[in-house]
Amino acid sequence: MADSSQGRIDLTDKPALTFDGVDMVFPDGTHALAEVSFDIRPGEFVTVVGPSGCGKSTLLRIASGLETESGGAVQVDRSNIGFVFQDATLLDWRTVQDNVELFAELHDVPKDERADRALRAIETVGLAGFEGHYPQALSGGMRMRASIARSLMMEPPVFLFDEPFGALDEITREKLQTELIRLFMDNGFAGLFITHSITEAVYLSTRVLVMSSRPGRITADIEVPFDYPRSPELRFDPAFAELSGRVSRELRDAH
Amino acid sequence: MLIDPDTRSDAMTEPTASTAPAAATPSPTRTAPSDRTTASWAGPLAVFVAFIAFWYAAPYLFFSGREWLLPPPHDVINVGFIEGMSFGQLWALVKMVVSDVVPFWSIDPGLDTSVVFVANAEATWLSAKVALTGLGAAIVLGSGLAMAMSQAKWIEKAFYPYLIALQAVPILALVPLIGSIWGFGFFSRMLVCVIIAFFPIVANTLFGLLSAKKSHHELFALHGASRGTRLRKLMVPAALPAMFTGLRIAAGLSVVGAIVGDFFFRRGDPGLGSLLDKYFARIAQEELFAAIIMSAALGIGVFAFFGWLRSRVIGKWHSETGVG
Repeated sequence: MADSSQGRIDLTDKPALTFDGVDMVFPDGTHALAEVSFDIRPGEFVTVVGPSGCGKSTLLRIASGLETESGGAVQVDRSNIGFVFQDATLLDWRTVQDNVELFAELHDVPKDERADRALRAIETVGLAGFEGHYPQALSGGMRMRASIARSLMMEPPVFLFDEPFGALDEITREKLQTELIRLFMDNGFAGLFITHSITEAVYLSTRVLVMSSRPGRITADIEVPFDYPRSPELRFDPAFAELSGRVSRELRDAH
Repeated sequence: MLIDPDTRSDAMTEPTASTAPAAATPSPTRTAPSDRTTASWAGPLAVFVAFIAFWYAAPYLFFSGREWLLPPPHDVINVGFIEGMSFGQLWALVKMVVSDVVPFWSIDPGLDTSVVFVANAEATWLSAKVALTGLGAAIVLGSGLAMAMSQAKWIEKAFYPYLIALQAVPILALVPLIGSIWGFGFFSRMLVCVIIAFFPIVANTLFGLLSAKKSHHELFALHGASRGTRLRKLMVPAALPAMFTGLRIAAGLSVVGAIVGDFFFRRGDPGLGSLLDKYFARIAQEELFAAIIMSAALGIGVFAFFGWLRSRVIGKWHSETGVG
């Protein structure tokens, strides 16, 4: 996997994830997505913002293979895909360590290697010392860290996030955003992040896709030019405010 | 590689220091101040003392002229637990239990059943064996059926009406039938316990198996986990809290089943039910009360055992108050 020294964004790379005219109509007739096309290259972190119920989550579920598109085509290697759910979805009966090891266990990674990789992922997300804790004893933020570590240890080239910080308080959320940027810089995955927070979208990503309400279409594709690593202070930068304003206007127009 | 060792030990590790201590002590109630532990036994003790006082007073308050109906507690203790007892008989009771538990080793423990406590303890042990074997069979069959039902909606739908029917039929209505088919021995008594304990086990296990969230299932689906893996690593562990709830109900019911079944079968080795019936017929009140105390002890013992097992198995990650 690419790390920061090799240059994160190499636009000559083949896209890691491609949506090509994807349409989604559910059996009950709900038209969730219409003609959605975009691609994400390794080293890109793309956020999708849109009003609730616009089909953002459906987009992610199609990318991961949990749903099958009714039209168009999706290209992505699904053999190893990172997916972080809205809630941490930890298994209550497993310690942090055993939760983080789960995917490796399902892929029959040998026990020693599994434990080793899990320990490193736990350390990376800042949960060192909590390996033996059960989820019940963790705060919401810590649970989300464990959830991210669980996907991170599989070193997925494509990492999908379904509003993972939506339920967290502001302070924890900002902290985790900063850390997610760091993970992204260190691991160079292609990220697709769903959110309805404009600030979160602009702060995290290299590109913001704006979606209209149902049926969801991509109505704007906005480059975010700020360099990584991004300091928390960036949120108060006039340029940041201007870009957020643009996303906000696009959202209103799309509605 | 996942993590560049040089970039690992920076910013990420700092914020946890602030979130850590708060979450590391999840159970302030367990380290409660000592006055709470005092209260925890003082209350029950006060009620116990009041109960004993009431027991002594009741015959004179309610049954004057027939005081013998409610023998005073010390007489019950004396007749039911002390009179005629010797270390030899205590040892004989231990031998009885051991020779039953250890396979292929059968001895005559030499019980003197003219001693009330020995007779009561023997009957209690017999009822316990019936209840626990029946409960064990109900657990195996019931959780097996629940697992099958959890795998497909049509299996669930096919069986559920009959489970409700089984639950609805009063067990006493089945006792004569069971007796006429399988006789009055151990098997019939056990069968009564299986039937009575079956429903709570199936219903609670099924509820537990289906309690795993959709997103948890998707987690496994994303990584290509098979049905079997999902059952083993997701559904069964998720079902454990509900299973233990069912088990506690079923355990209590199986003790009731053993005694009630016995009460009706009458023939065969005397369990607690037959013994209670016998004492009742003879108006042997002290013996009767002692036997009631033994049956209560059996029920409490079974209940406590499953409570203990529950905290052993899932206590570490599941609290009944449900923090998470």
